[in-house]
Amino acid sequence: MTDQTPALRLEGIVKTFPGVRALDGVSFTVMPGEVHALMGENGAGKSTLMKVLGGIYQPDEGSILIAERETVMANPLEAKANGVMFIHQELSLAEELSVAENIYLGELPTKSFGRVDWETLYSRTDAILEKLKVGFNARTIVGDLSIANQQMVEIARALTVDAKAVIFDEPTASLTDSEKVVLFDVITDLKAQGVGIIYISHRMEEIFKMTDRISVLRDGEYRGTLNTRDTNEDEVTQLMIGRSLDLSRNTAPVKLGPVALRVEGLACGHLFEDVSFEVHEGEVLGFYGLVGAGRTEIAETLFGLRTPTSGRIFLKGEEVAIKSPIDAIAKGISLVPESRKEQGLVLGMNCRDNITLPQVSDLRAGPFVAEGAEISIYDQYRDRLEIKAPSWKSIVGNLSGGNQQKIVIGKWLSMRPEVLIVDEPTRGIDVGSKSEIHNLLRDLAHQGYAVIVISSEMPEVLHVSDRILAMYSGRIMREFSAAEVTEDNLIQAISGITGDAA
Amino acid sequence: MHKDRLKNTLKHGAIWGFIVLELIFFSVAGEFLSLSDRAFMDVDNMLLLLKQSAPIGIIAVGMTVIMINGNIDLSVGAIFALAAIVMLDSMTWPVFAGLGDGVIPVSWLLALLTGCALGLINGFVVWKTGVDAFIVTLGAMLGYRGLVFMYNGEQPTYHLNWTMVDFAEADILGLESPAIVFLATVLVVWLVMTRTVHGRNAYAIGDNRDAAVNAGIRVGPHIVMNFVLIGFLAALSAVAFYSASGSVNPNDGMLFELWAITAVVLGGTKLTGGRGSVIGTLGGVIAIQILRKGLGHIGADSETVNLVIGTILILVLLLDRQLNRKGAEELKV
Repeated sequence: MTDQTPALRLEGIVKTFPGVRALDGVSFTVMPGEVHALMGENGAGKSTLMKVLGGIYQPDEGSILIAERETVMANPLEAKANGVMFIHQELSLAEELSVAENIYLGELPTKSFGRVDWETLYSRTDAILEKLKVGFNARTIVGDLSIANQQMVEIARALTVDAKAVIFDEPTASLTDSEKVVLFDVITDLKAQGVGIIYISHRMEEIFKMTDRISVLRDGEYRGTLNTRDTNEDEVTQLMIGRSLDLSRNTAPVKLGPVALRVEGLACGHLFEDVSFEVHEGEVLGFYGLVGAGRTEIAETLFGLRTPTSGRIFLKGEEVAIKSPIDAIAKGISLVPESRKEQGLVLGMNCRDNITLPQVSDLRAGPFVAEGAEISIYDQYRDRLEIKAPSWKSIVGNLSGGNQQKIVIGKWLSMRPEVLIVDEPTRGIDVGSKSEIHNLLRDLAHQGYAVIVISSEMPEVLHVSDRILAMYSGRIMREFSAAEVTEDNLIQAISGITGDAA
Repeated sequence: MHKDRLKNTLKHGAIWGFIVLELIFFSVAGEFLSLSDRAFMDVDNMLLLLKQSAPIGIIAVGMTVIMINGNIDLSVGAIFALAAIVMLDSMTWPVFAGLGDGVIPVSWLLALLTGCALGLINGFVVWKTGVDAFIVTLGAMLGYRGLVFMYNGEQPTYHLNWTMVDFAEADILGLESPAIVFLATVLVVWLVMTRTVHGRNAYAIGDNRDAAVNAGIRVGPHIVMNFVLIGFLAALSAVAFYSASGSVNPNDGMLFELWAITAVVLGGTKLTGGRGSVIGTLGGVIAIQILRKGLGHIGADSETVNLVIGTILILVLLLDRQLNRKGAEELKV
């Protein structure tokens, strides 16, 4: 690998925005046939760097060399022409069009009078799809494909040109474990073909499984490159946040209170069935399982967003009927949803208004909202959760993921719930804020809340839970106490028989 | 931070800056081009302007609420006409013959109830069917206009009651009734939107409906209330206008919905919901009216008015987009 010309080399890239030095002399090299991880907290400069590479931003200083040839990329088209391809986290496909049309969008082969040459289009596309060993063909409508397969279409698009470097931006964010395996195979293939790959992800397991080297950015500065083989999670984390992250197993003794919530034989169609469990005050109950195992659906049912087809729910020993979120909130069940931007926050509103949203109708002075009372509620939860926002007037959409999540948690704590359900508490949140959220969830249990945590990340479940329920295909397979659980038997429990949770 | 404030002022104050520009332009241009020797910024002229902008203005205030809420209402012009017919026609009904001038408040009330009822229908259909408000109110626009024509065919409906005309033309400090009703509407709805729970929820639902549902807000009934509100305001607009004129044509109020939407958008309210203000809409309404009057003042063809307003609308949205795009880029750092 050492005598080869690098596929891509960045030298001293500087990019400033008014008041911010977003990239401060970033240099690193991607060799052909190498998977190179790019890591850093949110705001470390990864996105800016990728936009420089993609021709969306122009660097103020420094140079980009592709195969040792200095290249200026004035726009995304030039980046593509130079063999730099992106697989974005958010897919940009035309759902109503066929796979082939999507792959050659903007470059459809034509015959005379501008007619599309469908035969060439389909045969070329099928040739590429064959290489990817996917189970669909050129004529399939993209909207009918699973997210994972849609991602394959994006990858196929990258293969239509002679790609020198392919950048994967959080490619596994919405994939199930079996889909990830397929993706990783494709990456391995690309690697074998001598393509240089930049792999951006927050997930350490993947980074250590897939990559050859890891480069770390912090506050726009390049902090160094490590050989994946010779390093460990701690070292990478330290480089990213300047200190190490505690993700040890939860061994704290629990002072269990009475049962807060008990569920008996709950079912909702084919989504989940025969679900029974209880949560005590003062404990964190973890739900672990693959995406699609029914965890989120259970939470949504408890919160009144879905109607159960059978089963009973007891709150503090009393049977309750929950028909809507209004019922759930009134009875003391709160849900911090899986996607905070879509379901949790009103992004265009300020911090204070978001926190008081569920109770604003109770905060009145005459006909008007009692804004003073609102501000004091906000102040209280800002201090308690250490929300870092310039003021209560700050628009929530401008805050970091970690602080946004704290706003959602604060919103529900201010309702003084009996049971707090947190679905994917740290999705899309950077490493530093992750541990803050984890500590917060533990603290809440100590203060006597009954906390249910749903997570797809094993280290997270192990770190925060007192008990863990392993789910597979809509059923609770096994219950573990924090003391007895091991990673192996947890994985076995959530994998069912074949490991495919379709 | 300082830059943010500048940008905010630019964004929210843009319409008022535009109004000042208009006033300066028409005053100066009027000196050279106008046939009349009256100054454009004459007090009487400005008061008249406010009165003339009242019918669409009152509706635009309701449209602001609907659009902040993430919906739209295309049926307001037809509601306006139907409420006017109910008001004028009910004054001649034999049942009310013994009331004398006491029929005036009764017919006003009937007109306002008509508006509320039609709005209620719109809101209920939007809530219960889940069909997009654009489609529902497009259907309602055609349907309600159909009712207008069924009422009296192509004939105008008229009834002149001089006591009512006196009411309608009464003034306080030169502000005539329609202008007063308009300003009062702006004030009340502004208070509702900025200070009350209903207003807060309107913004929340318009910005992120799912989050609002998850926060336990009764989204359906809230939306219905806003449609009732705009129906009421469309009828109020008819009451304010036809009390003086006393005659309604079956085509009256056509395109009012588009003028109202134009004013709301000029005033900075987002088409997608979640952001906007009643005060901005007041600015939008006034800006359009100044443009109409101003172009007349400098002797431009009345036919050019629509062309100019259309062009300005697009320019304003272009400016807004530029300002917002800069903001988005700054955030991504």
